[in-house]
Amino acid sequence: MAMTMTQKILAAHAGLDEVKAGQLIMADVDLVLGNDITTPVAVNEFRKNGFEQVFDKQKIAIVPDHFTPNKDIKAAEQCKFIREFAYEQEIENYFEVGEMGIEHALIPEQGLAVPGDVIIGADSHTCTYGALGAFSTGIGSTDMAAAMATGKTWFKVPGAIKFTLTGRPGKWVSGKDIILHIIGMIGVDGALYRSMEFVGDGIAHLSMDSRFTMANMAIEAGAKNGIFLVDDQTLAYVKEHSTKPYTVYEPDPDAEYEAEYTIDLSKIRPTVAFPHLPENTRTIDEVGSIKIDQVVIGSCTNGRIEDIRVAASILKGRKVANGVRVIVFPATQKIYLQALREGLIEQLIEAGAVVSTPTCGPCLGGHMGILASGERAVATTNRNFVGRMGHPESEVYLASPAVAAASALTGRISNPEDIAD
Amino acid sequence: MQVQGTVFKYGDNVDTDVIIPARYLNTSDPKELAQHCMEDIDRDFVSRVQPGDIIVAGKNFGCGSSREHAPLAIKAAGVSVVIAATFARIFYRNAINIGLPILECPEAVERIEAGDELAVDFTSGVITNLTRNESYQGQPFPKFMQDLIAAGGLLSYIKKQKG
Ligand code: SF4
Repeated sequence: MAMTMTQKILAAHAGLDEVKAGQLIMADVDLVLGNDITTPVAVNEFRKNGFEQVFDKQKIAIVPDHFTPNKDIKAAEQCKFIREFAYEQEIENYFEVGEMGIEHALIPEQGLAVPGDVIIGADSHTCTYGALGAFSTGIGSTDMAAAMATGKTWFKVPGAIKFTLTGRPGKWVSGKDIILHIIGMIGVDGALYRSMEFVGDGIAHLSMDSRFTMANMAIEAGAKNGIFLVDDQTLAYVKEHSTKPYTVYEPDPDAEYEAEYTIDLSKIRPTVAFPHLPENTRTIDEVGSIKIDQVVIGSCTNGRIEDIRVAASILKGRKVANGVRVIVFPATQKIYLQALREGLIEQLIEAGAVVSTPTCGPCLGGHMGILASGERAVATTNRNFVGRMGHPESEVYLASPAVAAASALTGRISNPEDIAD
Repeated sequence: MQVQGTVFKYGDNVDTDVIIPARYLNTSDPKELAQHCMEDIDRDFVSRVQPGDIIVAGKNFGCGSSREHAPLAIKAAGVSVVIAATFARIFYRNAINIGLPILECPEAVERIEAGDELAVDFTSGVITNLTRNESYQGQPFPKFMQDLIAAGGLLSYIKKQKG
C-alpha cells in the first residue's frame, strides 16, 4: 500500500512493512525531549511508578528554557529538581544555562535531529524538526515519562494533507508569512490529527531557517506534524551539525492525501495574524493603522540567525520609535554569539532595542517583557491566544522579523517594503 | 462507568493558555493549578464548579501547548468529563494518559446549554440530558484506550505489560 512520508517513518520505527491512517502502533523513539515546565511532571510520574533508570541516557534531552535564567523561587526549585534528575540519570543532553537555548532551535543545532528520526517532546512545538525530514511531534509529560522508561510510545497513524509549494517568494517574504498564510487558509484546526507534508520545487527557495519556522507552526493548524522533503540544503545542514546516521524517506508517488493544496510562493504577501488566533490573518496591505507598545523578535519560531540578520538590516542606523519597547532574544547561545560577531547586536542596541539571553521569556508570558492591560505587541512568536504575553486584555500580533522590525521604527504595524532601501 | 453533573459551556478553540495560564506554570501541584483553571475566560469558574460538574465546548478544545497541567487542572477542579465537538490532539493524549474522561460529540455540543444537568456513560458513549430529556451518542474510546484507562493510565498500563 502506498504511504506518505510520515507513514513510512512510523512504519519503520514500529517494525512494520506498512501502516495506514487510523492504525494504533507502538513505535521506537530516537529522542525524548522535555523542558523545565513539562519535565518535573514527567519525573514525578517516572518515580511514582517505580521506574529507576531511563532507557538510554543518550536519547533523552532536557532543556530548561521557559523560565530560565530562573525567574523566581518556584522556577528555581523546578529547575533544581530536573537538574538533579539529569545528573542522577547521567542524561548526556542536559543543557544548563550558559549552553542552553530555546529547545527547538537547540536540538537541530546540536545535531540531535536528523532525517528519518522519530522524536517526541513534551512541548507542542517539537514538530519543528519536520524541517529536516524527521517525524517529530509534541506529547505530554506522562508520555515523556513512559518513553523515558521504555524508549517507545504509542501513535495513531495520521492521514496527511499535501502542500505543493511553487515559485520564489518576494524579498521580504519568509517562512513565517507562508505558514501564517496557510493557517489563515485552513484554520487553527484545519490539519487536526494530520500530517502537513510540504513538497514541490518552491522548497528550494526556502532557507533551512524558513523551513524550521514553517514546521514549527504546523501545530498552530492542529497538525500532528509538519514535514519537508529532504533536499541538498537539508543534507548540507545535517552534515554541518550532526554525525548521527540518518535515513531519507520520500512519500510514495501514489500516496493518498486527504486534501491537496498548491501554493505559489511568489504571490504571498507579508502576513500578520491578529488577536487572538493564528488563523486571523491579514496581508500587510490590509492591516490598517495598528499602534503598538512592544516588539518581540525571537522564540523557537523566529529567533535564528537569519531572523536576527533581517531585523538588524532594517533597524541598522535607524531609531526605534518613541514609546515602543523592542526586545530581541536570539534562540541559542551559538546564534547570540554569531550575531555578536557579525556586529548585529551592536546595530540592534544602537537602534534602541534590548537584546536578551536565550529564553522563552515573553513568548509565553513568562518573564522579560510581559504586557499590561490594553497593550499591544507585534511578535515573531507563534501564538497570540488571550493572555499569551501577559494581561488577558493585552494583544499579540504575529508577524515575520521583517514586519516586526519595520513596525519597531514606526510604532505601527508596518510594511518592510516601505522602510528598507 | 457513569457520572452526573452540571454543565459549564464554552466556545471553539479553548486553548491551554486560558485553561491554565503560563504565569502559574512555575508549579505542577494539581491543587494549586486548579485554583486558576479557566480564569482568563471565566473568572467565576473556580468558585462555582462542584465535584462532578461537566465542561462542554466546541471544536479543537485544548489547542496550543502540550502542558499536561491543563487536563490536570481541570481534573483537580473536580470536573468529571469534558465533552467537545473535537479535541486538539495533544490534549486528547494527555487526558487519556492522566485519566481525565473526555468524549467527542458534535451533536451534544449543539444541543446542550450552560446549566443543563447531564448523565454520561463512558463505556457506551451515551450522554443523557436530564434537563432537556434527550440523549446523544458520543464517540466511545477505541479498545486500546479503554484498556489504558482501565489500567489506571499509561504508566500503570506499561508496567502491567512489562510485568
Ligand atoms: S519560544 Fe515560545 S513557543 Fe517556543 S518553546 Fe518557548 S514558549 Fe514554546
